[in-house]
Amino acid sequence: MKLLTHNMLTSHVKGVTKGYPLLIKATEVTVREVEFNPEFVSRMIPKLEWSALVQAADWIGHLQDLPTELVTDYEKNEDFLRKVHRVLLEVEVLEGCLQCPESGREFPISRGVPNMLLNEDEA
Amino acid sequence: MKLKELESCLQQVDTFEEPKILLEQYPTSPHIAACMLYTIHNTFDDIEGKLVADLGCGCGVLSIGAAMLEAGLCVGFDIDDNALEIFKRNTEEFELTNIDLIQSDISSLGSDSYAKRFDTVIMNPPFGTKHNPGMDMQFLKTALTMATTAVYSLHKTTTRDHIQKKASDWGVNMEVIAELRYDLPASYKFHKKKSVDIKVDFLRFSIT
Repeated sequence: MKLLTHNMLTSHVKGVTKGYPLLIKATEVTVREVEFNPEFVSRMIPKLEWSALVQAADWIGHLQDLPTELVTDYEKNEDFLRKVHRVLLEVEVLEGCLQCPESGREFPISRGVPNMLLNEDEA
Repeated sequence: MKLKELESCLQQVDTFEEPKILLEQYPTSPHIAACMLYTIHNTFDDIEGKLVADLGCGCGVLSIGAAMLEAGLCVGFDIDDNALEIFKRNTEEFELTNIDLIQSDISSLGSDSYAKRFDTVIMNPPFGTKHNPGMDMQFLKTALTMATTAVYSLHKTTTRDHIQKKASDWGVNMEVIAELRYDLPASYKFHKKKSVDIKVDFLRFSIT
């Protein structure tokens, strides 16, 4: 699970009103190289929940020097875009779980795939 | 990449060992997958550098093709453990890193789950026959909430009028890109003939 994917995930357990962002409890994290596409990264930035991305990177120990506030004019800032690219696409959570911030329900991550399925009584 | 090249790569994608009837797990043939992706890429430029979702991705033939055509990231969604297992193995064999997977039930996603987070949605949804009527439309409805540009999907030609009407109701434009003959191999025991040819529409829904 990449952090771009995590940035889109919400817990939909019945009764939960704020199931975002999901807390990451990682037991195994890896970094795999992905081709850098500055245009793609620039286009993704306005769609992101920036604070959730920063939190996520911090939880799994890959915050490094990613600015906690979104910089202005990032389209032309290659250094910044590379940092975002790394966090969004290259860092992956392989094992662990995601936890709903409200209900505490845990969604397991196994071999890099988060299991967001709910039981019948939770949906 | 040429169409032939894409198709021959997609022939290396492993598919279901034991397809499940309830989930309508028939694989998208490499030929159809390659034709779909090639058109989406070349005619509409909706793959390269885009955030793509593949709903009901199964073993991943569409996602793998989209990743090979340089999607920014392609995220596959499927409910089934076995499908995801094979998908995972496929992405490892192809050494693709611009792919991610989420185990999820498309039919129970709310309309706000991934609202407008993706550029493009591609899918070969269950046709919604026999055991799960209406599933095709549930997939389509969800897909339309997720995409900002377009949704590409396969549907039985016999349902075209119905889908056209729904598309108008939902305020999206529907275009029939191609009429295909889907060679459904006799994957399931209840299929009496060796294979059945069914007419399928390759549809594009554009979101304005």
